[in-house]
Amino acid sequence: MNDSALLRSAAEAEAEALPGLMAGAEHLASAVLLGLHGRRRAGMGDEFWQHRPAMPGDTARQIDWRRSARSDAQFVQEKEWQAAQSVLVWVDRARSMGFSSGDTFPTKEERSRLLALATAILLNRAGERFALAGPGAHPRHGEGQLLAMARALVRDVDAEEHEYGVPDTTGLPSHARALYLSDFFGDMAVVTAALGAAADRGIRGALVQVIDPQEEAFPFDGRTIFESMGRSVRHETLEASDLRDRYLERLAERKQTLTTLAQQTGWQFYCHHTSDPAAGALLWIYGALEHGR
Amino acid sequence: MWTVAGIGFGAPWLLLGLLALPILWIVLRAVPPAPIRRRFPGVVLLLGLSDKENQTDRTPWWLLLLRILAVGAMIIGFAEPVLNPQEREPAGSGPLLVLLDGTWADAHDWRQRMERVQSALDEAARNARRVAIVTLTDLPKDVPSFQSATSWRGRLSGIVPSAWEPDRGEVQGWSDALTGSFDTLWLSDGVARDGRDSLLARLQEHGLVRVFENARPVFAMLPAVFEDGKLVLSAQRAAPGPELSVDVIARGPDPAGTDRVLLRASLSFAADETVAQTRVALPAELRNRITRFAVEGQRSAAAVSLADDGLRRREVALVEAQSGREGLRLLAQTHYLRQALAPSADLIEGTLSDIVQANPDVIVLADVARLSAGEAREIEGWVREGGMLLRFAGPRLAASDVSRQEEDVLMPVRLRAGGRIIGGAMSWGEPKKLRPFAQDSPFAGLAIPDDVSVSAQVLAEPDPSLAGRVIAALADGTPLVTRKRLDAGQVVLFHVTANAEWSSLPLSGLFVHMLERLAVSSAGKATADEAGLDGIKWVPIRELDAFGDLKPSEGRVAVLGNALANAPLGRELPPGLYQGGERLFARNVIEAGRILAATKWPASIEVEGLSAARETRLKVVLLTLALAFLSLDIIASLAVAGRLRGPRALSGASVAAPFLLGALFLMPGLGGAPLWAQQGNGTGITDAVKEAASAARSGGANLQTEALALEATTQLVLAHVLTGDRAVDDIAEAGLRGLSDVLYRRSSVEPADPIGLDLETDELSFFPFLYWPITPVQPLPSPAAYARLNRYLRNGGMILFDTRDADVAGFGVASANGRKLQQLALALDIPPLEPVPADHVLTRAFYLLQEFPGRFSGRDVWVEAAPAGAEQVEGMPFRNLNDNVTPVVIGGNDWAAAWAVDETGTYMFPVGRGRTGERQREIAYRFGVNLIMHVLTGNYKSDQVHVPALLERLGQ
Repeated sequence: MNDSALLRSAAEAEAEALPGLMAGAEHLASAVLLGLHGRRRAGMGDEFWQHRPAMPGDTARQIDWRRSARSDAQFVQEKEWQAAQSVLVWVDRARSMGFSSGDTFPTKEERSRLLALATAILLNRAGERFALAGPGAHPRHGEGQLLAMARALVRDVDAEEHEYGVPDTTGLPSHARALYLSDFFGDMAVVTAALGAAADRGIRGALVQVIDPQEEAFPFDGRTIFESMGRSVRHETLEASDLRDRYLERLAERKQTLTTLAQQTGWQFYCHHTSDPAAGALLWIYGALEHGR
Repeated sequence: MWTVAGIGFGAPWLLLGLLALPILWIVLRAVPPAPIRRRFPGVVLLLGLSDKENQTDRTPWWLLLLRILAVGAMIIGFAEPVLNPQEREPAGSGPLLVLLDGTWADAHDWRQRMERVQSALDEAARNARRVAIVTLTDLPKDVPSFQSATSWRGRLSGIVPSAWEPDRGEVQGWSDALTGSFDTLWLSDGVARDGRDSLLARLQEHGLVRVFENARPVFAMLPAVFEDGKLVLSAQRAAPGPELSVDVIARGPDPAGTDRVLLRASLSFAADETVAQTRVALPAELRNRITRFAVEGQRSAAAVSLADDGLRRREVALVEAQSGREGLRLLAQTHYLRQALAPSADLIEGTLSDIVQANPDVIVLADVARLSAGEAREIEGWVREGGMLLRFAGPRLAASDVSRQEEDVLMPVRLRAGGRIIGGAMSWGEPKKLRPFAQDSPFAGLAIPDDVSVSAQVLAEPDPSLAGRVIAALADGTPLVTRKRLDAGQVVLFHVTANAEWSSLPLSGLFVHMLERLAVSSAGKATADEAGLDGIKWVPIRELDAFGDLKPSEGRVAVLGNALANAPLGRELPPGLYQGGERLFARNVIEAGRILAATKWPASIEVEGLSAARETRLKVVLLTLALAFLSLDIIASLAVAGRLRGPRALSGASVAAPFLLGALFLMPGLGGAPLWAQQGNGTGITDAVKEAASAARSGGANLQTEALALEATTQLVLAHVLTGDRAVDDIAEAGLRGLSDVLYRRSSVEPADPIGLDLETDELSFFPFLYWPITPVQPLPSPAAYARLNRYLRNGGMILFDTRDADVAGFGVASANGRKLQQLALALDIPPLEPVPADHVLTRAFYLLQEFPGRFSGRDVWVEAAPAGAEQVEGMPFRNLNDNVTPVVIGGNDWAAAWAVDETGTYMFPVGRGRTGERQREIAYRFGVNLIMHVLTGNYKSDQVHVPALLERLGQ
């Protein structure tokens, strides 16, 4: 099989997955109704804000003749100031995200991609610029950018060799917004560093920890060998149930660390389980991005 | 076979495998359960955690034990263990006599006995012994011939038990004839009887005797007895034992004719008691259908008791012409019948149509001459289906024209007009005696007491068929009792009355026996021996075999009654059902009073049980047990390894479940029972629903009837029959209104407004008096209406028929109305009539009257005729006439028109002329008052004749 054939089959596979992802994300995004987010003051924009009496210096073009005709004075129509934000979305693509404990709910990665794309759709609707974090990421606006992002999310599912994800902060413009979707089971030092660097550049955003319900509950018994998804890390126990309490302790500790970190850097933290509906997480993400604006 | 503690092993060397079990223990113990590999991203959080406990790396001890048990059960199972292994019998030599009792007590386990005989034959064949097989109930003519064992094998299936017991004399004779030396194997039936000991002693003279006896209890069902309205069921067992309860069932045909269980009762034997008894109250209808009682689960003739006439209580319906004769019980037509039948039959009384509905065995019509067409048709249908109609003659029958010109279907013979009175003033002879009964008569053999004489009877018209129908005759040959077959049923006529008026027959014991012979009543067994059975040939129709099955009897000769009652059962007299004439007699294996006892063998005799040493192979049980253990092990292993619960719990259980289920099914007694537990709960609900539905249906339709009943019964109401002619009906109503007014004013009778009755729909029994004007055009009532009218007349109602034609008819001139009356009254049960005699109570019930005018004054008024014996007593003004209200008054004086008043109280029709006319109207009213008084007070005024005598006695 030559390269072109491989490329083609990969492209077809991609095209196959893309509409599904897009459709799912559209469906999810439609659950959140929102309009453009005006700045509540006059400025450049499309939406009407208020009429004001014409002042000397206003060009005749600026005068709203229709309004002015109803009275003796001339009025100028002011628009609401609308400014687009840049939002960068990072989706953890590490091996650990490929885990799902049941047939009825998706892997963590699938859920993350869905949330990322749905957020992008919302952002697109709101007129914001957005991009998937990575080298050469340029936040843009429009359907084309949405499609490109979807394509990037579908591609390279297995390309990552990392067992656990490392936040990518490259290409983040200053004062932009960021959305990190990961299970945050990786090295906390890396996350701390990445968030610190982002905070330094005035970037704020949201941390969404996507974890499987089994990871939350640790419902194991008996003699068990636990392996990471890439099998590079393993731990053997003779009585798994014995470890439950200590595992849960450590998980809570990690969540606490992330919360503290987020508070320190002005970010927000949210933990989402793949067994829960995605809409809840999307709403939270929406609120978090808007709130921090 | 190698035996340990009663358990033998077919492959004992396999048991060496048990030695390997400790090794298995050590090996299994060292192997911990395999770990599960799980992919789990959260493993990073686990890093550095260590286990607290360390003991689960070894298999837990109970799991080990389970596995060891499973393997052990398998090893022992494959070693083919056998519980109670059969040992070979000690070999003997010389001829062997296999002696079977062959009675009903053997039948229950006959197959095991035959197997035992078979194994004895095999044994004998191995040892080359010669064998003879003898059944005591079926003894060979000569001494037993000892033959090779193999030659007997083919004949084994021909040996069957008998339903009777060996005859002692026969056995004695046979045993005396035995010669030579032989061993004996006696398969005893376990029931003690005479002659056993002597037979044993005789056999022991010839050689060794071994006895085989089944330890199983022998049950016997005693004949059921009817006592104090309850059925007494009793059963016996041969040997006293622990407390035990057996079920007794009674079988018989259901209404559709299918044989089914009619009754199930539980009998409990108290500990160390041999007799159990219970009393069951059973509806007569059900009881009469029972054909046999049986101890459930016992295949033996002794456990079956056939029911015959002794148990059956026939339902006899008594109908007499009139039942209004209070105070004269000894004269009542049915008094002696009642006395004769009450002890042995269930008496039904009621109206004819109701009685036919109840489907009794016998209907007795005591001097009932006239039946309405509908009643006659119903009764005929009932007779043709097997009913027995027993009629008695009497004054009414003699006076009626029933079966005069042509034979009535419901009469056996034609009757000559009038009866005859023998020994009376006009007769030339003495009261007649009875001629001895003919051989083919059902009464054959009954002794005729001297004092039975007949002084009056109805006479049969000589016919070609008469001779065949006479079953009892007087000394001069005149028929006394005649019988006619009508399909399956029969009609019997006693040419005399059922009371003592015409003959002394009802006073004698012969009468009771005759009723018994006619199967009108059924005597108990005790009396059957004395008079019931003798003189009759009893034909066996069905016989009982030893297994308790009824089979049609073939090629048997009839048995005489005496022998049937007393001779012991045997080849010539098998137990079963015997028929003699109309009657059934059951000869049961176990007669009342028989006491069963268990055999007692001398200590020197070796008694072996048939079922004591049954081999039981344990292989299946043990292997099943091993499988069960292994199934448990699967579940337990999953549990220990954490695969049963946790994230994979669902799939783990689904793996284990089939094994578990399989194990349950394989385990005998464990898997089966719960599956059947839910049966039989669903039937009750549907029945309740049906009942509720039928109750709702029958509710609403009766409102109108109820309104009429209320109106008619809250006050006295005079009623008239609606003829359909408006003018006549209006006059009738106006007339009764006028009469009611007069009654109200002049007497203490205060009637309400009269009511017109539709004969087809309205209930008559609320009204003491009916006025029935006759019009030529009115329709004949339907059969149902006639039935109601007859019932009304029989029960004391009165109808005043008014032809309203006294102005034109009279002196034999029949008017249209008169002819119509004849048509109408044809189907009514009207007694003989006569013109009102001068001393009739109607003439003095309230007013003293001698004539009864209405609008017309003429023609006679007819009432029920006075009995023939009524004579005027010296010094009394009146005869002591019939004791009850005349059911009909017939005349043509158009009384209603004379009585009629309109709403304002003025007379509607002129009567006569001037003051004479007023007088006639007054007399008409007085007749009305007298009539109503007569209806309401009956013979009260008639009794006034005794007043002078009473006053005289009181000394005044």
